[in-house]
Amino acid sequence: MLTKRIIPCLDVKDGRTVKGVNFVDLRDAGDPVALAERYTEEGADELVFLDISATEQKRKTLAALVLKVAAALDIPFTVGGGISSVADAKTLLRNGADKVSINSAAVRRPALINELAEAFGRQCVVVAIDAKKIKDQWRVHLVGGKVPTDIDLFEWAQEAEARGAGELLFTSMDHDGTKNGFANTALSKLSELVNIPIIASGGAGNISHFADSFTLGKADAALAASVFHFGEIAIPTLKSKLKEKNIAIRIIS
Amino acid sequence: MKTVIIDYDAGNVKSLEFALERLGVSTEITDESTKIAAADKVIFPGQGEAASAMNKLRSKGLDVLIPQLKQPVLGICLGMQLLCELTEEGDTTALGILPLKVRRFPNTVKVPQMGWNQVNHRQKGIFKGIKQDCYMYLVHSYFVPLDNATVAQSDYACRYSVAVEKDNFYGVQFHPEKSSKDGQKLLENFLNF
Repeated sequence: MLTKRIIPCLDVKDGRTVKGVNFVDLRDAGDPVALAERYTEEGADELVFLDISATEQKRKTLAALVLKVAAALDIPFTVGGGISSVADAKTLLRNGADKVSINSAAVRRPALINELAEAFGRQCVVVAIDAKKIKDQWRVHLVGGKVPTDIDLFEWAQEAEARGAGELLFTSMDHDGTKNGFANTALSKLSELVNIPIIASGGAGNISHFADSFTLGKADAALAASVFHFGEIAIPTLKSKLKEKNIAIRIIS
Repeated sequence: MKTVIIDYDAGNVKSLEFALERLGVSTEITDESTKIAAADKVIFPGQGEAASAMNKLRSKGLDVLIPQLKQPVLGICLGMQLLCELTEEGDTTALGILPLKVRRFPNTVKVPQMGWNQVNHRQKGIFKGIKQDCYMYLVHSYFVPLDNATVAQSDYACRYSVAVEKDNFYGVQFHPEKSSKDGQKLLENFLNF
């Protein structure tokens, strides 16, 4: 049986992890490779690296980081942040990333999804969508949630699938950072509308929230950052509790 | 021992190269027939679309070479599917080493299948020393049906082959280079043949 995936998300800037990371026994918590190895050992099913730097050197630094991660890691990982062309994606995939994640660039120029799917296969293409509920309608937001659009979440998700997205990463801005649980109603509606895997993001606070994202939200994977980074939820505990709730989960021996 | 990875521009082989490096094996990535024919072990990776992958193999004469190889050959993901006769993906004629037709998953499940699925295997050959019902990482939209050549199977919409074996040809649908310790063990087993 295919298992539900648990995905820690690492924000990186200029090749270093940002946001406080609270692993006391980690020699260098700012080293994305060390942190990634740690999560792998704990049983993370996949990792997402989101590059939030915006310097000229950015692409080179990110490409170098991807190579280091690929050399060290034996689980899949996705890289996102500022990818806006086939050439951008090619460098990262060639260096060992399994998937690339695109967000604002896909909204601004939807043909980018087709181009990436055609060049690398749809399994490499993750379309990330940030959305917020405004007057009963889920609106897509750009630039890390800063810029609202009139685009409807569900319509955009269907278009992304039709254009060649292999997976959707949906972040509810209303839930992100609240630690009150994932946007399960919207997630489950998404799952009914599209036939590609969906990663739930935004709102993880406790173990039940993960369970709910899989049962109520019908998500295929759940992503979180701070609950893992601050050691509030340990991945081995999370996975064994999910297994106890009869959720299909990979337990490492 | 000389291990080569067949280069036909079919996706990311960096991770595979790194996984073999972690096992202390240096590999050459090549599309040269003479080098492939002379290698002790051949790894046939693959990602992306079947028809364009077959076109690339044909343009390099590899569609003729691969079925003639006598040393152990390991097809991974699309590489395993292309060992078959035909694939529904673009109605493509493949290498014909296994008399099988690769089929698309039905829309009753999400396509592609993406993630870790449980693998039931024969606990010998390439699975020697790997725990029964282990988890391997898979990403695919098409699958190889069950057959006499099946040595491992998973369940997604139906039971299907995730590993096949025929003579010196081995195929795995999952990505051993991305399947943590069990995947590493499988690669090690293959290299030890």
